Amino acid sequence: MSEPHTAPVASAPQSHDHPVEFNSYVRRCAIVLGVVFVAVGLMIWTSYIPEARLDWSPKIAIILLIASCNAFIVAGFLMHLISERKMVYTILGFTVTFVIGLFALTLYAMSDFPLHTITR
Amino acid sequence: MEIPYTVEARPDTGLYNAKVGIWLFLASEVMLFGGLFSAFVLLRVGAEPGTWPHGWQNIVLGTINTIVLALSAITTLMAWVACKVRDFGKFKFFHACTLLLALTFLCIKFVEYSEHLNHYEITLANGDIYDGDMVSNDPTQDHVVIRGRKDQILKNGEPDLYDLRAQKDIPESEITIPRSQISQMDNYGPWHNNYLALYYTLTGLHAMHILGGSIVIGYLWGPGRKLWKKDPERFTNRVEVSGLFWHFVDLVWIFLFPVLYLT
Repeated sequence: MSEPHTAPVASAPQSHDHPVEFNSYVRRCAIVLGVVFVAVGLMIWTSYIPEARLDWSPKIAIILLIASCNAFIVAGFLMHLISERKMVYTILGFTVTFVIGLFALTLYAMSDFPLHTITR
Repeated sequence: MEIPYTVEARPDTGLYNAKVGIWLFLASEVMLFGGLFSAFVLLRVGAEPGTWPHGWQNIVLGTINTIVLALSAITTLMAWVACKVRDFGKFKFFHACTLLLALTFLCIKFVEYSEHLNHYEITLANGDIYDGDMVSNDPTQDHVVIRGRKDQILKNGEPDLYDLRAQKDIPESEITIPRSQISQMDNYGPWHNNYLALYYTLTGLHAMHILGGSIVIGYLWGPGRKLWKKDPERFTNRVEVSGLFWHFVDLVWIFLFPVLYLT
């Protein structure tokens, strides 16, 4: 096994390795909080659009899209994911791959019936 | 023997070991919740049209909980920032706020669970269905009293219970039902249907994560703070790791709220 002390550093320094400024974080948090409030409001508003104007499927798609943007903002800025090390991205890359596989199996299972099964 | 890489970054990963550990743990958590979400998708898409519950949750309470959790994510981050700028007083303040917000979240969840468990669907021998909050269910009495309404049967023969949001304007009243006429009486527990089973599983697991995270944050705020005097940088890293877990819990709720409350 190689000696870890001599191994190369994985990537550039993280943003939070630099000196942290309290006030800049207060501003960042205020912006994130504002975005979260707007996103929650938009999701609720979308959910109340009548079925006659917006069908069920696109409605859910829009709501989940807003939730994903919301999650991206929280993960990116509060968890510092926009400036993380390569190791973290590698772990997350594997995770995303497995989650896609999990949902793909679920979708596959929806049409996976035994032979001669009668469906409505 | 000194534990290596508790403060300084390990050269090959570029991170201190606890941070690699928490990200690996969060990856496993994504798979755990991913499995439950995929079960939700499977059952939701496979449900007959008009039979999947809609509007069964209290959106006001759900929205308050979303805001509470978002605020707690901010206070957790600010607690870490306070440690970074070596202001222990601010750290204590922000972590106390996080604990209070976590407690608020759990209390609201308890109220929601209580509302559901006190809500009954009563089927009579003649096929009529009544739905409402239990007012009186005294075993010594020969009747039960609910505050609700008689259910309408739709054109397709299904009860209209599944879209409660569309029924919100129908007036409710106190209804006395003789026990002798009841063929089935069922509250809105996890046994009621697939939707509620998933609702309790997902939100219950999430609430357990809130509880677990609160215990860790409470430890760092209480007895664990001794480390601050000995090794502030290591303590700060502990706060960061617990914060990452807390943000993940917030992320899960960001998806739970629309999936369970709005769709």
